[in-house]
Amino acid sequence: MSEVSISEVTKNGLWTNNPALVQLLGLCPLLAVTGTVVNALGLGIATMMVLIGSNCIVSLIRNHVSDAVRLPAFVIIIAAFVTCAELLMKAYTYELYQILGIFIPLIVTNCAILGRAEAFASKHPIGYAALDGFMMGLGFLLVLVVLGAIRELFGQGTLFDNMHLLFGSMADSWRIQPFGDNYSFLVVILPPGAFLVTGLLIAGKNSIDAAIKRRADAQKDRPVKGAKRIRTTGNIA
Amino acid sequence: MVFKSIGFNSIVLAIFALVTAIILATTNDLTKERIADSERRAAQRALLEIIPLERHNNDLLMDVQPVPQQYWNLLGLKKGGNIHIARDNGQPVAAIIPAVTADGYSGDIAMIVGINFDGTIAGVRVVEHRETPGLGDKVDLKKSDWILDFNGKSLVNPSSDGWKVKKEGGEFDQFTGATITPRAVVYQILKTLQYFNDDQQRLLEQSALNTEQAAQ
Repeated sequence: MSEVSISEVTKNGLWTNNPALVQLLGLCPLLAVTGTVVNALGLGIATMMVLIGSNCIVSLIRNHVSDAVRLPAFVIIIAAFVTCAELLMKAYTYELYQILGIFIPLIVTNCAILGRAEAFASKHPIGYAALDGFMMGLGFLLVLVVLGAIRELFGQGTLFDNMHLLFGSMADSWRIQPFGDNYSFLVVILPPGAFLVTGLLIAGKNSIDAAIKRRADAQKDRPVKGAKRIRTTGNIA
Repeated sequence: MVFKSIGFNSIVLAIFALVTAIILATTNDLTKERIADSERRAAQRALLEIIPLERHNNDLLMDVQPVPQQYWNLLGLKKGGNIHIARDNGQPVAAIIPAVTADGYSGDIAMIVGINFDGTIAGVRVVEHRETPGLGDKVDLKKSDWILDFNGKSLVNPSSDGWKVKKEGGEFDQFTGATITPRAVVYQILKTLQYFNDDQQRLLEQSALNTEQAAQ
């Protein structure tokens, strides 16, 4: 069992090992449902709930299930949580359930979920497993929502359209339409747009990482004040 | 040894299956009514958009008649469907007829067509489609008002020559960059009107019969 800290788990899920931007897991829903913020948010929340639940249960049973049957057991757990999520969405957010369609049951095959069960939850106590599920889920959710926001804004020219599907009538006035009525940019709404925007997000993350690294390196190499310098002349072989 | 391991592992998995089944059955039971209610309301919402409550006072979801099999082809229905009859104090006001066209740009376009018993269209809604976002999806009321152009139209207004998109000399607008989708919808609505014209009498009689039975 490897030692972990809360801050490390948090950073891992949200940034360093973000399931969508670094591990590139669960791309199928990521690309398919991020046409609008509300779709992205709906699927993101469902995925996060399943991830937290499955991580907790997997962690609880980690010492009772033999290696030989652990995968079937994990899959049963994940499938159970997804079915619950599906039933709940059907009951409380029926229209959103209809829009997301097949992508809700497909959460079962989101590799990020089985991946975390196998790589993390099955090796760590429940507290950490729950936190990992939450942070990984949140990392996934945030990328989904950012992607949805960019595609909705530049694709159909609105932001937070149809949010009432998730939040009821209080969200009726959330809709923003900054570019006027007839704006639409087809490529961004269609699947290629999802690939393009995801690529840009990954590139953005990488360039931020590179900048951080450059700064850290510069910090390291800077000579300490007052250090004695050794003068060398001639060639040192 | 192998048998012992098989035995132990199957018991573990069986326990899992059992616990899972219990959880799922419970969730299903708890959400069942709410889901049925949501489904009902979703189905009703589209119907009420076409024939609002001011125009009728019966339960649209209960007042149904199946589409006769000989008309399935005309309406594009593969598995049949139900016609909802709207009534005001027992008097039939309009029929809401399901129709599907396979001539869209990608896949079937399912719609419901509300026709008043005087032969004019009360309203049309596309309920399911996979047309290109930004182009063909303007048949959806969420994207554009185009579908409202059919309100008040009938078999004689415009005449049958007019039941085409403008590009082909008809009355109805096509969209920039998308002719196939609106053309498919216009034709299917025309066919639905023709069906209604054919079957109107029987619908009325059947509807009266149903009311009598309900009253008894």
